[in-house]
Amino acid sequence: MTQPLLADYFPILVFLVIAGGIAAAMVGGSLLVARQKPNPEKLSAYECGFEPFDDTRRRFDVRFYLVAILFIIFDLEVAFLFPWAVSLGGIGWFGFLSMVAFLGVLTVGFVYEWRKGALDWE
Amino acid sequence: MIAALAFYLFAAILIASAVMVVTARNPVHSVLFLILAFFNAAALFLIAGAEFLAMTLVIVYVGAVAVLFLFVVMMLDIDFARLREGFQRYAPVGAVIGGILFLELLLVVGSWSFADQAEDLRLAPITGDVTNAQALGRVIYTDYVYLFQTAGLILLVAMIGAIVLTHRQRPGTRRQNIAAQVNRSGSVLLEKVPSGAGIATLGIRRPPEPEAEKPKVTHEAGHGHGGHH
Amino acid sequence: MSWTLALPELVLACSGLVLLLAGVIPKQETFFPITMGAIGALLVTAVLVLGQGEGTALGGHYVADAFSGFMKILALGAAALGLLLSIDFNEKEGLGRFEFPVLVLFASLGAMVMISANDLMALYLGLELLSLPLYVIAAFNRDNARSSEAGLKYFVLGALASGLLLYGTTLVYGFAGTTNFDRLADAFSAAQGVSAGVIVGVVFVIAGLAFKVSAVPFHMWTPDVYEGAPTPVTAYFASAPKVAAIALLTRVLLGPFGDLAAQWQQVILLISFGSMILGSFAAIGQINLKRLMAYSSIGHVGYALMGLAVGSDTGLRGLLFYMAIYVFMNVGAFAVLVAMRRQGRAVEQVEDLAGLARTDLGMALWMAAFMFSMAGIPPLAGFFSKLYVFLAAVQGGFWTLAVVGVLTSVVSAYYYLRVVKVMFFDQPAGALDRAPASLTIVMAGTGLFTLLFGLFPAPLLAAAQAAAAALLG
Repeated sequence: MTQPLLADYFPILVFLVIAGGIAAAMVGGSLLVARQKPNPEKLSAYECGFEPFDDTRRRFDVRFYLVAILFIIFDLEVAFLFPWAVSLGGIGWFGFLSMVAFLGVLTVGFVYEWRKGALDWE
Repeated sequence: MIAALAFYLFAAILIASAVMVVTARNPVHSVLFLILAFFNAAALFLIAGAEFLAMTLVIVYVGAVAVLFLFVVMMLDIDFARLREGFQRYAPVGAVIGGILFLELLLVVGSWSFADQAEDLRLAPITGDVTNAQALGRVIYTDYVYLFQTAGLILLVAMIGAIVLTHRQRPGTRRQNIAAQVNRSGSVLLEKVPSGAGIATLGIRRPPEPEAEKPKVTHEAGHGHGGHH
Repeated sequence: MSWTLALPELVLACSGLVLLLAGVIPKQETFFPITMGAIGALLVTAVLVLGQGEGTALGGHYVADAFSGFMKILALGAAALGLLLSIDFNEKEGLGRFEFPVLVLFASLGAMVMISANDLMALYLGLELLSLPLYVIAAFNRDNARSSEAGLKYFVLGALASGLLLYGTTLVYGFAGTTNFDRLADAFSAAQGVSAGVIVGVVFVIAGLAFKVSAVPFHMWTPDVYEGAPTPVTAYFASAPKVAAIALLTRVLLGPFGDLAAQWQQVILLISFGSMILGSFAAIGQINLKRLMAYSSIGHVGYALMGLAVGSDTGLRGLLFYMAIYVFMNVGAFAVLVAMRRQGRAVEQVEDLAGLARTDLGMALWMAAFMFSMAGIPPLAGFFSKLYVFLAAVQGGFWTLAVVGVLTSVVSAYYYLRVVKVMFFDQPAGALDRAPASLTIVMAGTGLFTLLFGLFPAPLLAAAQAAAAALLG
């Protein structure tokens, strides 16, 4: 624990250890202590009170994928915003305009996908 | 001591979950193990002092890429049995290639040396007094502006590519037209109602009862999951 | 920060954004005007490149010199010609969507970033900016299974190559502590013998770039992708990205890794040998013209890399000269392939050319000129390009390289001449549709260049010489 950075994260590590410990204790405890009498009715998936109609792993529409990939792109853009926000004081107008240009490029992309109707669901 | 212990813990989980990604029978489980692997890699980054990278890994990879993987796994109609067959067949080839890369890695680590003036060549050494994100922010937008803008263009091209390849204008489907919805008039009646007066005494008409919707035939309607068409 | 030096890139990027908006905002399809706009933007950028200064800029990530100027003009010209080929084809195949020229434009921007890269990170970003649009346009005919397969295959293998390249880059960075080319060169020249790790890194970087130029042993994707992609896309694949990747390979190997020449020379020699031999023998059995051109392009890369393997001033000049002539011959031959239609349907087998001389003599003559030139028969342009790399190899004492080059040229002449024979001596398989004007113009332009080049080789040779001198300093 020499680095100050790691000291900051130490509570999270403690939290993770405790959370893992409690989860393991609960599952392990019920496995060891509780009486277990499984039958098919108990083991079947509970779904709104009636039998599932078919396999839950059905094919998704490709449009979900489009939404997801557009989300990733904007997510990455946001990732660039964090360091910019914390260092804006030191990088001056050039740094500010640099980000404006970056966002401008992606705004062009946003206009494009809006006009194409990629954001509509029909 | 704790840092070393944490490193070995996270590294062990990382390797174990990476193995499970490859060997899990169910692709969805593979993706879930991949998420576990990402989390542990983020923890390793943290231990190495790369705070910002760890957070980015969680936000981008766990938050977005893994979700995309889940979509892709579910979107493709994968025949799991046939997938396993291919795995059995190609496993030796993969093992050989992996082995060669591993040997190369050993070779690299075994005979590593640094350039004589590697210390002086460092482009942007981090000074100890600032956080990771700040240290990155000081250089990305100014010194590395060319690469930064190129990255922006790559994101733009990715956007265009995704739409070009997957988006199609389906004929005969009705899109939402927000302007038309907002401009719609006549179906909602606005009346000024004095306080204390009942509806009956004012004689406000009720809107006509909408026709009872025919019950949906498809059994999909009752379920929350799956694609709506 | 000297923005003005990177003006051509800036102009191209901005015009790409403007064209994207101009394409999407009108209600009707805007393929034709946007394509014209993109061609215009590429030509304006080429003119700006001509007037560009020299030096490094943008934090040392960007370099402009005579070498980058030469290669950029080639890449931009190839992109403009590729777009010209696509107009008619895309409209007939129902691919007339305005995203196509915009993607080609951004790919060309990526090629320019690659050519001007002075940093390993700029190299990688340029490579990705070039590759990403290429994956998309390979699968542009998305309702066609073969086109989708081409896009997917290219993407998966391209991602693998990017991974190799990045891995190599990290090893190099780990050794030197910098990614800047100039500083890398300092680090390598000062180092007393580098470790195996750095050599592995350099080899990985070469592998990643060899994938892009489709040199043996990283050529596996080429025939399938070339066959599956729409024909104008294949024409583009075979020209501009190769120019960019060859330029990058040359700059990286002779610049930062110049002091490791003894290490990488063997690798390049092997790649060159393999590409020449595979390119000439594997093409013999092909009946699909696009696959044939794919193997032919592998072979041509082998000849061009011969110049790099020699590594001398004349070798480099030969390489640049080869790429310039290759681009023109290649675009011309693909113009003929794009024009091949029978009753409105695109055809691409060698037999479909049968008896072309009797039904469309003009097209048959142009195609014959391109095939003879590719085979390296004097006095066509292709002869001179081969002559200069062979001369460089002989001068550098690489006798085996020159001998293998000549022998494989003879073998490859077989399949080039077979195309000519089919066109002139076989029974006509039915007339092909008349080629549209845009394709005829491209054919005639590149054909005249191929035919008459021998009369005026001096300007191109001088430009190549200046570019080679700029790189070797």
